[in-house]
Amino acid sequence: MTVLEQPGSYRPTPPPAWRPRTDPAPLLPDAEPYRVLGTEAADGLDAGLLLRLYGHLVRGRRYNAQATALTRQGRLAVYPSSTGQEACEVAAALALQEQDWLFPSYRDTLAAVARGLDPVQALTLLRGDWHTGYDPHEHRIAPLCTPLATQLPHAVGLAHAARLKGDDVVALAMVGDGGTSEGDFHEALNFAAVWRAPVVFLVQNNGFAISVPLAKQTAAPSLAHKAVGYGMPGRLVDGNDAAAVHEVLTDAVRRAREGGGPTLVEAVTYRMDAHTNADDATRYRSDAEVETWRGHDPVALLEQELTARKLLDEAGMAAEREAAERMAADLRERMNQDPVLDPMDLFTHVYAEQTAQLREQAGLLRAELDAAAEAAPDSPEGTQR
Amino acid sequence: MTTAAVRAGARPSSMAQALNRALRDAMAEDPSVHVLGEDVGALGGVFRVTDGLVKEFGEDRCTDTPLAEAGILGTAVGMAMYGLRPVVEMQFDAFAYPSFEQLISHVARMRNRTRGAVSMPLTVRVPYGGGIGGVEHHSDSSEAYYMATPGLHVVTPATVADAYGLLRAAIASDDPVVFLEPKRLYWSKTEWDPEAPEAVPAIGRAAVRRRGTSATLITYGPSLPVCMEAAEAAVAEGWDLEVVDLRSLVPFDEETVCTSVRRTGRAVIVHESTGFGGPGGEIAARITERCFHHLEAPVLRVAGFDIPYPPPMLERHHLPGVDRVLDAVARLQWEAES
Ligand SMILES: Cc1ncc(C[n+]2csc(CCOP(=O)(O)OP(=O)(O)O)c2C)c(N)n1
Repeated sequence: MTVLEQPGSYRPTPPPAWRPRTDPAPLLPDAEPYRVLGTEAADGLDAGLLLRLYGHLVRGRRYNAQATALTRQGRLAVYPSSTGQEACEVAAALALQEQDWLFPSYRDTLAAVARGLDPVQALTLLRGDWHTGYDPHEHRIAPLCTPLATQLPHAVGLAHAARLKGDDVVALAMVGDGGTSEGDFHEALNFAAVWRAPVVFLVQNNGFAISVPLAKQTAAPSLAHKAVGYGMPGRLVDGNDAAAVHEVLTDAVRRAREGGGPTLVEAVTYRMDAHTNADDATRYRSDAEVETWRGHDPVALLEQELTARKLLDEAGMAAEREAAERMAADLRERMNQDPVLDPMDLFTHVYAEQTAQLREQAGLLRAELDAAAEAAPDSPEGTQR
Repeated sequence: MTTAAVRAGARPSSMAQALNRALRDAMAEDPSVHVLGEDVGALGGVFRVTDGLVKEFGEDRCTDTPLAEAGILGTAVGMAMYGLRPVVEMQFDAFAYPSFEQLISHVARMRNRTRGAVSMPLTVRVPYGGGIGGVEHHSDSSEAYYMATPGLHVVTPATVADAYGLLRAAIASDDPVVFLEPKRLYWSKTEWDPEAPEAVPAIGRAAVRRRGTSATLITYGPSLPVCMEAAEAAVAEGWDLEVVDLRSLVPFDEETVCTSVRRTGRAVIVHESTGFGGPGGEIAARITERCFHHLEAPVLRVAGFDIPYPPPMLERHHLPGVDRVLDAVARLQWEAES
């Protein structure tokens, strides 16, 4: 009997053997975010790993402060700070192996830097000299993505392709809480689960999509719960607990690598700064709320653990802070130099082979630049060849 | 619609304020007008165009939606079907693209596919265009996509008064209107025609912003100030340029454009969006079809290059400026003499 012949029914009556899928076993995420720091589980943590995480956190915090200062000096068009979210950024980078791929959003500069990208190259998009300042293949970091959630299907496709080719590659895709409302988020999760693609989705739930609080974004018990409907596990983790995020992400990456399919990780965290320097956060949140989260700071949490275990002392902290200062000074100095741009680049990479129309338009710009150079030979425009 | 409401408060002094006033007045006059979008509530929109609306009209009338453009426009379709007049905000030009399925497959053709039984009295506000130093995906000129879709009105104000009047007209329209807001003019206070009464401009009516005899500059939105400046500069060259501000791309005011071009015999179309496949091609074709025997030179276009919108540090090389407009005008003269 076909579907249409069954009055009042949409789909064929299941044959007796039909059962809803119950594998992989229990998908429901925990009710409380997973925590390690400050618990007994922390005793088993590898000291080397903790110290590595700490170094990245301290430098990451400093990087956010420096980049924010650069917006005030007009050196960056805009900077979406990840202050307060450094644990997610760092753990994302450190959970991956060399051959894996990272698919960051515009807020995830720090994850790219922690993965080894040159800090200046990572800021190209936000400085405004080009849209992507690095070769994604070289670093296995996709371009920092501005349209929300649109990079998630890319991560699925890349991971799928790698598996088809027999390569051992996992893709980690990052998205904000707001981005989980986009259609692309749902489509990416669905594809990933159906294809059992080696992908990990990391949602940094920082409480707000610009001004819109999570309660207006979703009615789900948690964002991790969204995984269930697609048939993948959802994990809920304290996003300010660097050790916990690292552990959960490492598990998820391993699972993906072993053919276990995708995982959705929700890291509960908080954006301490405004959305960007162009945003007025006082319009939508209270100082009291911000202060509460200041008491749950990712750098301080790890610092407490390390000092309690006598893995870190004042001298150790000072050394990390100094390293961070050196990084910041270098960043400042290099960012304070005007990038040398060639306006003719506008036409260089539109197509693999330039079209006749673009050649003509390039000719027009060339003539304009030459005329400008002749009129004012000392202007930078004249030297930008 | 009367203009009493706008006179009741202080005169809007910027385009963003005029748009805000238009929304407020429309919502006050008609309870079926609803505003929805990302960050339109407490924040008042990233450009503050919806500032204060949630306080005045409550969250049911001014709604922060989940972050999903297809969802925003798709639910607006259902709201319109049930008698509301949704005014949707898309945060930036390039972020409207996820909603194109709803716009093109449903919003634009609902009247047609239902033989007139269901109309779509909704307005989609889209900040568009460059020149504000925005990073990637914040500066697209997407008007050609909208223009290519039958069933949509496409309008774009260039003055403070038009921002108010056109938005009121868009909200009052029983057909869907894509309302393109030139974001680099949000804070501009310039009135090109300060004497003009604050009447609601009808959708589909262009405005002659400057009278002239040598050639007609045809433009809209962010390029109007460029053309006005070019026209002033051209005086020194002995050229007396007429400037037509289209205001409405669909419907297109052929009458005003052709009347002008027949008089001047020369036309240059100026816009930021790409030249190839851009709005200027359509306008040039129309002028050629209707005014061929009056033309003394080919119709020229000054447009953005046919490239993805460049990063902020290079955008000045891409955006058509006064010099490029004047060069085109110079070419018109030369063509005429040869
Ligand atoms: C498709 C799309 N719509 C709208 C925007 C504008 N926008 C940029 S960031 C943002 C909020 C994103 O919030 P969330 O996903 O929670 O990430 P967060 O900024 O908190 O890291 C919005 C609405 C965008 N970039 N892309």
